[in-house]
Amino acid sequence: MIFPATPSQTVGPYFAIGLPWPQGPNAVDPADPRAIRISGSVLDGQGELVPDHMIEVWGASPDGRYPDVHAFGGAGPARGFRGFARCGHEGGDGTFEIVTLKPGPVPGPGGAAQAPHLAVSLFARGMLHRLVTRIYFADEPEANALDPILARIPPERRATLLAQPADAGYRFDIRLQGPDETVFLDI
Amino acid sequence: MSDVQEAPPRLWTPNDDTPTSYTREDRAVHPPMDDPGYKSTQYRHPKQPLVYVPQTLTEVTGPQLGAERVHGPLDADLTRQHEGMPVGQRLLLGGRVMDTEGKPLRGTLVEIWQANAAGRYRHRWDRWEAPLDPNFSGAGRCVTDDDGRFAFTTIRPGPYPWGNHHNAWRPAHIHFSLLGRAFAQRLVTQMYFPDDPFFDYDPIYNSIRDEQARRRLIARFDIHGTVPNWAQAWEFDIVLRGPGATPFEEAW
Repeated sequence: MIFPATPSQTVGPYFAIGLPWPQGPNAVDPADPRAIRISGSVLDGQGELVPDHMIEVWGASPDGRYPDVHAFGGAGPARGFRGFARCGHEGGDGTFEIVTLKPGPVPGPGGAAQAPHLAVSLFARGMLHRLVTRIYFADEPEANALDPILARIPPERRATLLAQPADAGYRFDIRLQGPDETVFLDI
Repeated sequence: MSDVQEAPPRLWTPNDDTPTSYTREDRAVHPPMDDPGYKSTQYRHPKQPLVYVPQTLTEVTGPQLGAERVHGPLDADLTRQHEGMPVGQRLLLGGRVMDTEGKPLRGTLVEIWQANAAGRYRHRWDRWEAPLDPNFSGAGRCVTDDDGRFAFTTIRPGPYPWGNHHNAWRPAHIHFSLLGRAFAQRLVTQMYFPDDPFFDYDPIYNSIRDEQARRRLIARFDIHGTVPNWAQAWEFDIVLRGPGATPFEEAW
């Protein structure tokens, strides 16, 4: 290492003037018949909604490819699929909603498949650094049972990473503290 | 070695210059999530330790949003987004985005947002009694060039009071958002100006425990880039995580 890394600072309460954009929450056209909607709330240690949060997700396409232009497969795998969604609002109410495609399995350590999942970054006023977590899908029990990342997480806490099928998509709540505190990852 | 295991098929071949793993985050560089001096952290930090996981394809890939987010040069010139000029000292704000090995990050999106010269954000929740500037929105975007450089034209933001403690003022700052080229490199930070009188009292700046690390968030005045009778030049380099020791396939 030659150059020391730049430290993180909080996104603050006013990120909405610079970071969200109208199509940001949609990693794919919501009219795409394969599109799924994931909605949820971000809750603090007092059970209060966190209105000034911003969430980002990064996920593979249904055939397990990331639309990463630098490498790993060349051009994007699915036309019109960004793989990335960002949701945060001026005047937010503590909830979020993103639209994406349900990812397929992607390779993990040693070539073992990972269960379908989305990588999540969470930012907010009062958070000096992003929190990283993952969204897995409760309706993929067989794949989840074999997932090498979930295997690192204490069994009693794994449910905090499972999006539950709900009306018109999935529900995924994030709890920053408390008995059901979401598992956050050190990557 | 008669019992050689067949290597798992490699689904994709990375480009030669694309890291397949990144260094772990340096805990001594970044602020803790729980900082008693910054009161809003109290109910917004996890109490459980983070779970250490290896990096996978998910973490070493990332979105490239430049084409979707940057529509023209005006996106990088915050002084020409309205009919008139905004109030304030005009700045040419440039710098390099690189990794910890000094390698430039090309074509990566840099997003900034800031208060106006009076310290007021154009945001409905900002109640500070200072005027909005009709000629200043306070947001900019650009994509780094082949040397990893970004360039914005903006005005120097003002400091502003906030409610964290008695007579709390935020040092003047500009927010930066970096995507890098991988999910692992994502960074949101703030850039400051030298000799700000509010540094000593600001829990956000001081949440970074290491003094050298804190100082890396301070831009430096660039006399050579300064344009006579027009604009001050300031430089702010940003260093994101660099390549790790082992490819992600072997990280376990």
